[in-house]
Amino acid sequence: MNRFEVIQSLLPVLKDELVVCNIGLPSQELYKMGDQPSNFYMLGTMGLASSIGLGLALVQEARVVAIDGDGSVLTNLGTLPTVTNDMADNFTIFIVDNGSNDSTGDQPTYAGRKTSPARVAEACGCERVVECAADQVAKALQAALDSRRMTIIVCKCDPGKIPVPVIKKHTITIRDRFLQAVLRRANG
Amino acid sequence: MSVSRKLVQDMVDAGIGFVTSVPCKQLKGVPEEINATYRIRHVPANKEDEGMGLGAGAFLGGTRPCIILQNKALGVTVNALASLIQYCHMPPPMMISYRGEVGEPVACQVERAVHTKAVLAQLNIRTYHFNVRRIPAISLES
Repeated sequence: MNRFEVIQSLLPVLKDELVVCNIGLPSQELYKMGDQPSNFYMLGTMGLASSIGLGLALVQEARVVAIDGDGSVLTNLGTLPTVTNDMADNFTIFIVDNGSNDSTGDQPTYAGRKTSPARVAEACGCERVVECAADQVAKALQAALDSRRMTIIVCKCDPGKIPVPVIKKHTITIRDRFLQAVLRRANG
Repeated sequence: MSVSRKLVQDMVDAGIGFVTSVPCKQLKGVPEEINATYRIRHVPANKEDEGMGLGAGAFLGGTRPCIILQNKALGVTVNALASLIQYCHMPPPMMISYRGEVGEPVACQVERAVHTKAVLAQLNIRTYHFNVRRIPAISLES
């Protein structure tokens, strides 16, 4: 299974959650398959999806899922100690580890060689790190959400992508409808 | 009232509910004062652009953020400022300590200070430079 199929498998689980999605193809794939106002597509800052997700999770009560990637986590490794020490139990980081920077041309990442994002997360102090097979992601995410504890899921999958168009929705529209989605959850 | 306490009181009055900071000797007292109040959530960041992400998340959650950093690290944030904060029209104020002024004992701080205002100007970020204790009142809404 590749990332597209992994993200597709997550969609039935992502109903009420606020989703912050990684830059590039992951956001484009999510947009194509399951666009909704509660998705924030992070379009310009590689590595910051988990940081945005943590800031969001700390200031409101709805559950937040950051869909991140191995290359992006390596870009902003400092986020892992922060999410572990300033913990939000309504926060899940889902790392799609395909060992590839495929938005920029499929260059291999160090996660595809000696470095394990899961071991790094554990070394940073995260108490709930779950490694799951690509065909088990929906179950793993549902279990993480049900646990009501901050969880980092790492899913090893194959590289590979499908043609997806760029997101043409204006970033202010994406931001505003996301803010409204947050407000709706806050107001019950 | 200490400068740190005054700054934190001003943050509270301005509706700031979330602060992320990277350590700085000049502003050392500000995070300490924030930690002493229950009205602002303080999350230390490991790097300044991570702080931009945390602040953006707080903004998306409906809380007004502020980001504390040192001018020496402003360059680290340029992509996050342009591609996230400005691109998405998020308005987190930055409180930037200004190393490298007259009397600065560490030479490399001066080198960075030379570029601070030019970088902010290039990004069209409105900048207020408070280098005296007598601070004029400025509304964040203006």
